[in-house]
Amino acid sequence: MSTTVAPTGSGIGTSARRVDGIPKVTGEYAYGSDLDAENSLWGFTLRSPHASARIRSIDVTAARRGDGVAAVLTADDLPARRTFGLEFCDQPILGDGVVRYAGEPVAIVAAETLEEARQAASAVIVDYEPLVPVTDMEAALEPGSPRVHDFGNVLRHVHILHGDVDSPEAEVWVDGYFETGTQDQAALGPEAGLAVPASDGGIDLYVATQWLHVDRQQIAPCLGLPEEKVRITLAGVGGAFGSREDVHMQIHASLLALKTGRPVRMSYGREESFHGHVHRHPSRTWIRYGATRDGRLVACDVRLLLDGGAYASSSPAVISNASTFASGPYEVPNVRVEGTVVYTNTPPCGAMRGFGAPQVCFAYESAMDLLAAELGIDPLELRLRNALHTGSVLPTGQVITGTAPVREVIEKLQAIPMPPEEPASGRDPISYPGGAGNVSRGESLRRGVGYAVGYKNIAYSEGFDDAAEATVTLRPGPDGPVASIRTAAVEYGQGLYTVLAQIVRSELGVEDVVVEPATTESGSAGSTSASRQTTMSGGAVLGACAEIKQELAKHPLEEPISRTFTYHHRPTTELDEHGQGDPHVAFAFAAERAVVEVDVELGLVRVLQIAAVQDAGRVLNPQGATGQVEGGTAMGLGLAVMEELQLQDGNIRNASFTDYLIPTILDAPPIVTEFVEVPEPGAPLGVKGVGEMATVVATSAVIAALRDATGRTLNRAPATPEDLVGIRPPATTAGPAPVPDVPGQKAIPEYLGLGLGQQELMKARER
Amino acid sequence: MEALLPRSLEEALELRAAHADAVPVAGGTDLMVAVNFGRARPPALLDLSRVEELKTWRRENGTVFVGAGMTFARIALELREFRPLVEAARSVGSPQIRSRATIGGNVGTASPAGDAIPVLAAYAATIVAGSTRGERREPWNAFFTGPKQTTLAPDELLLGVEWQAVEGPGSFAKVGTRNAMVIAIAGLCLQLDLRAHTVRLALGSVAPTVVRAPDAEAFAADVVPWDEPERALPEQAVSEFGRLAAVAARPIDDVRGSAAYRRHVVEVLARRALSWTLGDRR
Amino acid sequence: MLIRTTVNGRDCEADVWPGASLLALLRDELGFTGSKNACEQGECGSCSAWLDGELVCACLVPAVQADGAAVRTVESLGDGERLHAVQDAFLAAGAVQCGFCTPGMVVAAVDLLERNPQPSDETIREALAGNLCRCTGYQKILDAVHLAAAELS
Repeated sequence: MSTTVAPTGSGIGTSARRVDGIPKVTGEYAYGSDLDAENSLWGFTLRSPHASARIRSIDVTAARRGDGVAAVLTADDLPARRTFGLEFCDQPILGDGVVRYAGEPVAIVAAETLEEARQAASAVIVDYEPLVPVTDMEAALEPGSPRVHDFGNVLRHVHILHGDVDSPEAEVWVDGYFETGTQDQAALGPEAGLAVPASDGGIDLYVATQWLHVDRQQIAPCLGLPEEKVRITLAGVGGAFGSREDVHMQIHASLLALKTGRPVRMSYGREESFHGHVHRHPSRTWIRYGATRDGRLVACDVRLLLDGGAYASSSPAVISNASTFASGPYEVPNVRVEGTVVYTNTPPCGAMRGFGAPQVCFAYESAMDLLAAELGIDPLELRLRNALHTGSVLPTGQVITGTAPVREVIEKLQAIPMPPEEPASGRDPISYPGGAGNVSRGESLRRGVGYAVGYKNIAYSEGFDDAAEATVTLRPGPDGPVASIRTAAVEYGQGLYTVLAQIVRSELGVEDVVVEPATTESGSAGSTSASRQTTMSGGAVLGACAEIKQELAKHPLEEPISRTFTYHHRPTTELDEHGQGDPHVAFAFAAERAVVEVDVELGLVRVLQIAAVQDAGRVLNPQGATGQVEGGTAMGLGLAVMEELQLQDGNIRNASFTDYLIPTILDAPPIVTEFVEVPEPGAPLGVKGVGEMATVVATSAVIAALRDATGRTLNRAPATPEDLVGIRPPATTAGPAPVPDVPGQKAIPEYLGLGLGQQELMKARER
Repeated sequence: MEALLPRSLEEALELRAAHADAVPVAGGTDLMVAVNFGRARPPALLDLSRVEELKTWRRENGTVFVGAGMTFARIALELREFRPLVEAARSVGSPQIRSRATIGGNVGTASPAGDAIPVLAAYAATIVAGSTRGERREPWNAFFTGPKQTTLAPDELLLGVEWQAVEGPGSFAKVGTRNAMVIAIAGLCLQLDLRAHTVRLALGSVAPTVVRAPDAEAFAADVVPWDEPERALPEQAVSEFGRLAAVAARPIDDVRGSAAYRRHVVEVLARRALSWTLGDRR
Repeated sequence: MLIRTTVNGRDCEADVWPGASLLALLRDELGFTGSKNACEQGECGSCSAWLDGELVCACLVPAVQADGAAVRTVESLGDGERLHAVQDAFLAAGAVQCGFCTPGMVVAAVDLLERNPQPSDETIREALAGNLCRCTGYQKILDAVHLAAAELS
């Protein structure tokens, strides 16, 4: 058992029951894929089978004549802006003369049934001229490489230099090369929603997404509508983990709805979903640590390369985040990081839980273990000796002004009891590595223990003001006062709405709290990502409650009192030409210990226990916070042993749950979670977020344990059975990728004047 | 698309003869995946789920017959005597899959990774097909001709599988990358015949069809101390058995695993299966 | 073709193309959207329901096979006023996050407890092996099943 069931409380600090729990257990909760309307049509997308191709022509005549078909649209039918994108509008709504990845949308169909829409899509005749794609991130840096976009394949290069990275103070050096594969968020709820054309010529969208307002900002210009005419209501979201940050079916469904004058529903199948959202960037990292003989870190030199796929998405922010964390949660006076994210003709990569931090954690924690072995120092002791703390100076020159209880987190982890030894023979057959396959009666089992410590930022960085607005209303009711919260913040399972309700209950002393549907009628609450919402929307709700309390101090509650508050975090800065600045709002730290059992002959793994300690500032809902740590850990475990999107020449080979494996209940270990609660100064209620940190460290902890059990190098995630038995050798490299010549720290499209809204980038160009 | 819904075996065979392009479906756990994904659009479905005659099994003297419509859930519950078959049945998918997936579907789909097929091969089973022309019996190794290919004629339906029960321990094992819900990267079934003093070893997912490992079988038959159930086999002999088993595998590299790993798995599983079955004699 | 079936005790009928699955019949024709579609290939269990008393993935059952059969879905649990013990246990134990897997998970858990009222951890894991969850890491789901088992006994 992971936790005892806490008594049902209701305010801050209690494990209050989910406010949206009952409809979820009865099946009544309406996800994007459950929505329908009178007279609706089904939308379907035709996608490119080629990783790189020119579109010579598209013939939709046969498709348009199909049974039940109401509309077939291609790029020729786009009414206004032709591209969208989170940071740069570089992603075509529909293939416009070229396609840049296998899976890129080329045409959309609306028909009476999904089957008819599918049939019509297959009747669209696209004349492609396949081009030679670039599908490897290092090949993309070579001078002769095919160009994904006209200006070259480098999307952004970040350079961080602090001190002398060849410092003679270092007496011992270790270096390593580490890779992580492409992970998919694999949220169970698919991309889905409903677009309803309105009588004012606008559109009402009900969609599963992560940020209503940034969606609207991209959708409206593509429909040729002012933002006020694009009204978005949040539909139930079946998980996101970053895959809903980018626009998916919203523009497509809206275009079809406006064209046909009828509501259009779209819901991706699983295979399509793999193609229809961004993935976690695969990475290659070359890392070198220098230390004194007694284990004091002196220098760290990192070359980091991420593959961003065909379009920018949020890659510029991911490379920056990853680069700033690349030396680990340690005091290292001399650091150089060269971090590049490139374009390739592969499905785009973007936000996924951890946002670059898990990839670099794998590199720096693996390297720290190498260093510990080289120095003959206990791995945790080495980390304790160098742990960051309040006042530490980071490689960006940023001074940690908030809390940084890294030492405490590690010590608390050490204190968690190890799982008991189990005899090798006589167990339930399903408890051996290999589980239901009946492959073991206890042969060749070896135990391994591994640790990882890591960190990342809370909220958005580099000068981004991701403020959050919330409105709280208190009204008298027949059974006492009733409060309601109106926020555009997205709940997709982490328990945000429950926590917000708890805040209102505690602040206003009201039991009855309702969270209203999230719509664009409210001001932006920012994205539900970056572990930011408890801080940001929590801060907004807290601020609104404070104002209500001020009002109540003056007179009793007779009329409803409504207050809207916008919470801003402290300002941050961009990185200067040496990567120096004050880029992050706050940090959260985590450490995990994995205990694994490996059948070393077959390379099969059973994780016996994962112990997790997280720096949470203040835990508002213990059960909810623990649930986040457990789920985040399972996701990290997936990347450690089984999850990888396999690409061949830019085509996804395993776009199904049969061959993209995520952990089942038989793969998930008991997880013991503890929190370190040192309130974060300046944060509402002293909170930090808890959503991502477990995922940042879990992969590294599990692979470290697998190394301990097998004695193998394991420099690649996932570590599959073939790696564990040594049939697949460690990943090799010809040396660090060359550092590209760039005008500065910003993403390249910005230097070309290609900010948000630029169409020039997407004109079909001659190669 | 049409749906044909026979209520008896006779009706099913007549419909099969009349509609050569109708795809037979019982559990639907293979076919419906292709239909849902838009990859299969058969002109007609021949639904066998109401044909009760296919859902029986019987044992008459030493001959066991299992109807094509027997689900893996029922096999796991009702054919307890046949341990490898039960182990294979329990390894199929999930409870939801096992309650629908049939042994007939496994045989009809004829994937080299089909979980029941190595067991049938180790049992030297006969495949029983039927049509309006009568019944046809064919040894398993003649029936499976290639990956997802069988000798089933367009007017035939699978009626079931049949084998001679042997006295002796057996074992089934399959390897996948996680602990449940896996398509086998490699699998095998071993069956000892304590009367005839023979060993049968069948390998799955490592060749275009399930194959037997005749050299390993002959070697084991020779070295197994048949008359001394208490005696274990020397490690060297067990290793040689594993080596010979791996030699019989002809695996390929694919999205699930490499040929080298598959061969390695066969070698390890064969050694373990032999040790287990010898130990289970006692 | 016309399918006549009983869902949660109620007679229903709908006209579907013969290639449709039971899941499509339930969700798109009969309005029972409690069973979810997350993979359409029987890998995730989100569509778990009962067909003539047996736990199935509705996405893999051809709708024609439900003709004349009794279907039971998540919507049959609880009595309108009170939740089923398993549903309540899921909430009490914190086993619900995004909730997409929850209907299928709850159905599979109810099925298990109806057949095995005091299951061990291993038995629970084997019974729920076909139900994927991406949010919880499964620990609280195990807690919930034990809690429900205690409640029901």
